[in-house]
Amino acid sequence: MSTDMKIHLKYWKQDGPTAKGYFEEKTLDSVNEHMSFLEMLDVLNEELQLEGKDPVEFDYDCREGICGSCNLVINGQAHGPKKEVACCQLHMRNYNDGDKITIEPPRAAAFPVIKDLVVDRSAFDRIIESGGYVSIKTGSAQEANSTPIEKEHSDIAFDYATCIGCGACVAACPNASASLFTGAKIAHLNHIPQGEVERSNRVVAMVDQMEAEGFGDCSNFGECEAVCPKGISISAISEMRKDYVKSLFS
Amino acid sequence: MKLDAQIPEGPLEQKWSEHKKNMKLVAPNNRRKYEVIVVGTGLAGGAAAASMAEMGYRVKSFCIQDSARRAHSIAAQGGINAAKNYPNDGDSIYRLFYDTIKGGDYRSREANVYRLAEVANNIIDQAVAQGVPFAREYSGLLANRSFGGAQVSRTFYARGQTGQQLLLGAYQAMMRQVNEGGIEYYTRHEMLDVVIIEGKARGIITRDLVTGEIKRWEADAVVLATGGYGNVFYLSTNAKNSNVTAAWRAHKKGALFANPCYVQVHPTCIPVSGDYQSKLTLMSESLRNDGRVWVPKKKGDTRIPSEIPDDERFYYLEEKYPSFGNLVPRDVASRNAKIVCDEGLGVGATGLAVYLDFRDAIKRDGEDTVRAKYGNLFDMYENIAGENPYKQPMKIYPAVHYTMGGLWVDYNLMTNVPGLFATGEANFSDHGANRLGASALMQGLSDGYFVLPATIGNYLADEEIGLRYGTDHAEFEKAASEAQAQIDKLLGIKGKRTIIDFHRTLGKIVWDKIGISRTKEGLESAITEIQELRKEFWENVYVPGDKNNYNKYLEFAWRVADFFELAELMAQDALDREESCGCHLREEYQSEEGEAIRNDEDFSYVAAWEYLGVNGKLDEKLHKEDLKFEFVELKQRSYK
Repeated sequence: MSTDMKIHLKYWKQDGPTAKGYFEEKTLDSVNEHMSFLEMLDVLNEELQLEGKDPVEFDYDCREGICGSCNLVINGQAHGPKKEVACCQLHMRNYNDGDKITIEPPRAAAFPVIKDLVVDRSAFDRIIESGGYVSIKTGSAQEANSTPIEKEHSDIAFDYATCIGCGACVAACPNASASLFTGAKIAHLNHIPQGEVERSNRVVAMVDQMEAEGFGDCSNFGECEAVCPKGISISAISEMRKDYVKSLFS
Repeated sequence: MKLDAQIPEGPLEQKWSEHKKNMKLVAPNNRRKYEVIVVGTGLAGGAAAASMAEMGYRVKSFCIQDSARRAHSIAAQGGINAAKNYPNDGDSIYRLFYDTIKGGDYRSREANVYRLAEVANNIIDQAVAQGVPFAREYSGLLANRSFGGAQVSRTFYARGQTGQQLLLGAYQAMMRQVNEGGIEYYTRHEMLDVVIIEGKARGIITRDLVTGEIKRWEADAVVLATGGYGNVFYLSTNAKNSNVTAAWRAHKKGALFANPCYVQVHPTCIPVSGDYQSKLTLMSESLRNDGRVWVPKKKGDTRIPSEIPDDERFYYLEEKYPSFGNLVPRDVASRNAKIVCDEGLGVGATGLAVYLDFRDAIKRDGEDTVRAKYGNLFDMYENIAGENPYKQPMKIYPAVHYTMGGLWVDYNLMTNVPGLFATGEANFSDHGANRLGASALMQGLSDGYFVLPATIGNYLADEEIGLRYGTDHAEFEKAASEAQAQIDKLLGIKGKRTIIDFHRTLGKIVWDKIGISRTKEGLESAITEIQELRKEFWENVYVPGDKNNYNKYLEFAWRVADFFELAELMAQDALDREESCGCHLREEYQSEEGEAIRNDEDFSYVAAWEYLGVNGKLDEKLHKEDLKFEFVELKQRSYK
């Protein structure tokens, strides 16, 4: 049977990109252990509204861990304490009665705050825009089975391709680097023949764009891999760097 | 109004190629002189925006999320159908067509469904060329698996994340066009109205969800790829931001809304655990290949399931449908889960759940084999439900998943409003009264990559190049000021009940009375209850915050207001359709065993509704498009 918990919340409020932010606090008296973390925030917002106060804004959509909209930093950890779980799939049974929980937006110069816990991640779109694709027009594809791809490579490509673009890697990185995000797309396309033609142009364009957006460099802390809700391997970054250097001299 | 579906003449298998041959074209150097607005960036919208920009049209793309990559197509798990016949098991375009039209219980157009089956193979080629990492065999060639409603293996998949991989393919194609200047890309913009000038769609009104600014956009054509309306039920497997607003606003401007009562309820979802529940999570249909569905024979049996002996278990699908067993189509499985729970045999804290048990599969194949097949789903279940499905059966219950109804479109995917197109789940066109698994991705991409980019040229070719009325035209003024007035009205009510409270209450009415099974009496009372609640909403809703800022609850308030009107139309449509077909079960029209009974004589039509007004009650006029079956014989479905 489910039990209700008392949870003390401390959450970030900020009116807009240039406004000064601050923490607000509120205690919820009956949090059900089967609630998801975001459902707990829904309850918070219902209570705030009934008190005539403004709700706290946060980003979400699918609530099943695949759209990448949610990206809360919970007690200092991107997506909270559970490994390979996005915060929309984190459930309150992972907490205890009386716990204090601090909720912040991901902090990075390249992710300016829009309001409260909502940030602008359009920099990720611009990184993909700079070259994160195969330049194939609709209608010009050849028969799908005409190019066999070794299953092993195809599976590795898939693992990198599962990135949901949430930005947890940036939030967790002391340098606020987007290397895992960028490397994952590069590594996905490197492991299949379709990506080969544009390989060197792609890596240069995407890495340069990442820098232009104001993300930091990678210093191999490995925090990104630890918080990634899809468990994407940090080896994506070494693949990206190797290719980048090679491209500069080719 | 006479509905003309514009179906080309000729034999079924030649209709699309003949049509392509006969359609008018826009010359390459003229395409850049036409602008097309695409609302929504899921499979249907993303693919269309990318493909049209590649052709040379100037495209403006809008989405409500912070990135095109987050559209709800991303959440599709199972796969995408195509009749490649790689497994050599007798598949063909005709068979895919036939399975789809039969699965839809003969309530869709033959010509549309055939084209869908025909185009599906190109989708697989296109996706592979983009780098979509579909599952492969050790030979390096593409793998297939089987899915409900088919006797062949034709489903292509990328583990349980096929929708994600296909969407990212379309998104990347889009981003390439953004980079090349073919697409102007606007995120966090919500369409609030379509602008019609001299009878043609000429633009849209949006709200910038960050600044609150109401903006006007003019173009030569407008494409709505804005998804389905499952969230009218409040609880569904849809993403929280999925909504009917764009389609509903188009409907209020004259576009007909077709078959709104056709809603698919997916049989295997994680049950509701409490009032705080905000959405439901689907467990892939593939689980029914190995899981056995049952409830205890005794009411109120509180023993833990593993301690209930076999002879005290009611394997109701296996007993009622010996030949299909646990693999009956979605509508049949959902209906039967509801029946046993209504009889008081349901399990779990709420009594609204049945068991999906892997005990026998684990005994037969070993835990490792079961883990290899379904490991990620079992983990997801344990994460959400807090129980280990290797030890105890899963608890599942049906949940709203997909809406077959949508904006009425002709064969060219154009609504009855010239220049206004609808693609993907937003239109009604291909799935009839029930959609088969792995067909939603197929339709979204077929519409987006191959059908719309071809048919829109046929429309634009007759449009005057460079015709612009200006966004200060009276129709733009009117639409923009009406949108602003609605926002002010919502914010001004300052009532006592929250938006979510209203939405949840509406959802319960819709679920109870316009859900898995419907009755005349229930539908009539639903209409009254919806009208009363809608009245209270407009008097007593509390919308927080202000309009010139990021304000998610204001967005919700607007969407819920539209759901209130749609819900009434769904009830009207379900009331009009005095038969049972596919997902629409009217209790008055079923056999003694509880099977749906179609009435082809009187109801073999598409119900296309015309909005007349709303004033206390919703006023709509029914138009019928008769469905003609020239190539398939109509049969009563049987899965016994």
